[in-house]
Amino acid sequence: MLTTVLAVSALHPMRQADRPVVVTADRLYVTPERVLSPGSILIRGGKIEAVGETVDVPSDAVKVRAAVATAGLIDARTTVGLSGILNSPGHDQDQLDQSEVMQPQLRALDAFNAQEALVKYVRGHGVTTVNTGHGPGALVSGQTFLVKTHGRSADQDLVRVTSAVVANLGGEAGSRPGTRAKQVSVLRAELTRVKGLKTIEKSDLKSLAWRNVLDRKTPLIVHADRAQDIASALRLQREFGFQLWLEGGAELPLVMDDVVTAKIPVLLHPTMQRTYGDTASLSFETAAKLHSASVRFAFTTGFEGYVPKIRVLLFEAQTAVANGLPEAAALRALTVEPASILGLSERIGTLERGKQGDVALFDGDPFEYTSHCVGTVIDGIVYDAGKQ
Amino acid sequence: MFASVTALAWVSAPILSPPTAPVTAYVNATIYPISGPRLERATLVIEGNKIVAVGADVAVPSGATTVDASGTVILPGLVDTHSHVGDGNGADSSGPIQPDARIYDAINVRSPEFRRALAGGITTLNIMPGSGHLMSGQTLYAKNRRARTVEDLFIRDTDGWIFGGLKMANGTNPIGDPPFPGTRGKAMALVRERFLEAQEYAEKWKAYEAKRAKGEKVDAPSRNIGLDAMAEALSGRRIVQHHTHRADDILSVLRLRDEFGLKVVLQHVSEGHLVAREIARANAPCSIIVLDSPGGKLEAVNVSRTCGGILERAGVNVALHTDDGITDSRLFLRTGAMAVRGGMSRDGALRALTLSGAEMLGLEKRIGSLEPGKDADFVMLSGDPFATKTRVLKTFVEGQMVFDFARPDDRLYAVGGPGAGTETRPYLCCQGGQH
Repeated sequence: MLTTVLAVSALHPMRQADRPVVVTADRLYVTPERVLSPGSILIRGGKIEAVGETVDVPSDAVKVRAAVATAGLIDARTTVGLSGILNSPGHDQDQLDQSEVMQPQLRALDAFNAQEALVKYVRGHGVTTVNTGHGPGALVSGQTFLVKTHGRSADQDLVRVTSAVVANLGGEAGSRPGTRAKQVSVLRAELTRVKGLKTIEKSDLKSLAWRNVLDRKTPLIVHADRAQDIASALRLQREFGFQLWLEGGAELPLVMDDVVTAKIPVLLHPTMQRTYGDTASLSFETAAKLHSASVRFAFTTGFEGYVPKIRVLLFEAQTAVANGLPEAAALRALTVEPASILGLSERIGTLERGKQGDVALFDGDPFEYTSHCVGTVIDGIVYDAGKQ
Repeated sequence: MFASVTALAWVSAPILSPPTAPVTAYVNATIYPISGPRLERATLVIEGNKIVAVGADVAVPSGATTVDASGTVILPGLVDTHSHVGDGNGADSSGPIQPDARIYDAINVRSPEFRRALAGGITTLNIMPGSGHLMSGQTLYAKNRRARTVEDLFIRDTDGWIFGGLKMANGTNPIGDPPFPGTRGKAMALVRERFLEAQEYAEKWKAYEAKRAKGEKVDAPSRNIGLDAMAEALSGRRIVQHHTHRADDILSVLRLRDEFGLKVVLQHVSEGHLVAREIARANAPCSIIVLDSPGGKLEAVNVSRTCGGILERAGVNVALHTDDGITDSRLFLRTGAMAVRGGMSRDGALRALTLSGAEMLGLEKRIGSLEPGKDADFVMLSGDPFATKTRVLKTFVEGQMVFDFARPDDRLYAVGGPGAGTETRPYLCCQGGQH
């Protein structure tokens, strides 16, 4: 499908970055609701310069053609690059340090391996930006950050150093503290302590991280699957007023009204996550229910131990589409919504003029199991995906 | 004497024969018999628990209940050649080779996983013990009937033998501290020793049976229930279902197979695409897994969505499996679609979900395709088998509807939600409950 891409893939990405790129597709989703068929975009200097049924093609342009083009997909919550393709303790599991119960100062930037094979793997399935970082397994496991999936280095591909601090409740918090009540009490005590600090030493990275959460400069992701844990997350938010992103939400349909009232965005559990323990009641239909209730949500791939089957963001969205979520809403939850939740709406999430040149390319309907991602474009650099 | 008995039977046959089983005809469906090409506006006729006719120009028998199945797609019940549903396990930690352990002594039939498998269209499953042993026990080829006890799941041969395989594994999973092997070389030595022992055991019994048949009075050799199961494997009756990932481990399984004349199905075959020619030359059937991404362990890092297509094109008989809970039984058709995404033909993937699986369990005469005389195990879909939005609408085992998406109880197991993870209510056969 992407014969043109195959031809350019031999070019060094950096040299190719200097050339304009024209992407043409039989169906080009400028936004999930606005489709050009056919449509083209011109990317110059990494940004979308023109959008239309046709665009002027500069003589030195790299030309890319595919059946379907959408905005590059955004994984709103993953551990990719900290966890690696082997997913094997002792090899590539930098998403979790259990030496302390709460470590909000751990930066994802310092642990992200841009050249990890898993980064290339998810890029080959349409993902161009990830909110990745520390995972489940500790009460407060660390931070997440925003990075593109070029696969060069964390610093080169960086979008934002700190996007959130991650807290985990219930079974996601690991074994310390030992009860749900204690988990919440430990969090409350820490937030109360930092709230009372008049000054914070420069070297007190922990307190500084919390101060940013309390000042609403850094959102707090709270991973909560059971209904009572979701209620605890909302209660904590009301007490301390931080910016809450709810992650997981296996039992979210049981407390939908509370989530609607709280007006918080949801980083929804992977649709096909394994169902046991806290996720035993997980439903394939939660995405459709969130959509019906007009709750802002984005798809995620989260983290799964051992043999993981939830690493491909697109596949999680497909299964939601198979279970009642309209395609346009699914595409929104892969692009526009995560961009908005992550505060990147000005830069990515659609193929409108002025946005960064991040595109996902397919040889058919992206929501059909049997279609393929054939390539991605990131900041105007073309990456061939073969036929993933 | 003989003649008169025959005559009596002949005369009385109309009186003694049981009442005719109910006949149901599903008409106007798109039917994939798998044994032949797809049929449009076709009819499937079921009598009791068997298929009696399939075709586009089949007349509905008089007295049959007719069900209009227009707009639906009918497939044979799916066969999952590798599953861990039912909370069972086989061998314990006492040693690496335990052919005596039977998975069916451990299965909880009220596990919701059976209902989820029905929601995925799975009507027959090879329920396996784990892969942490060189030989972790006897597997059960289970019919996914509504069961009160595990016996309700059994498929029996004409002599009463309960169909099942022998689970084996190589590579890193069974490696550990003694008495488990520390290396691949040691693993193979342990397995060969035990099979040589089983060969001697089988020969002793063969000699005994031969003498007994001649009327000689001889003492029976002492029984060993583990070696009994291995002797069944040596005779070819009990198929070895062999977990294996890496290319060299795959070839080791074939070496073992050929030394002892075993019937072997290669299970997982993560690097099968790297030795497809060797597998084809050895005529070894492969039951493969399709994962959304590699991961979990080093030896499986090369697992690829392309494996099924590469093996198919090399001429290998390929079946698919869930390895539930590694992948989800409810999404077994999606596994087929993902194999197509990776390069398998549509027909090949459909066969891999049904008839090829039946062949790998030695049950191809009973299940796996829609043909007269076979068990009435079938699935009714809302559309193309590999389209994202297609749903399993109904699942039938031996003519009985055992899953119906329209029933709230079944729907819960299909899509999940509160209660989907808890044990199902028991089926009460004799207290007015459904069976």
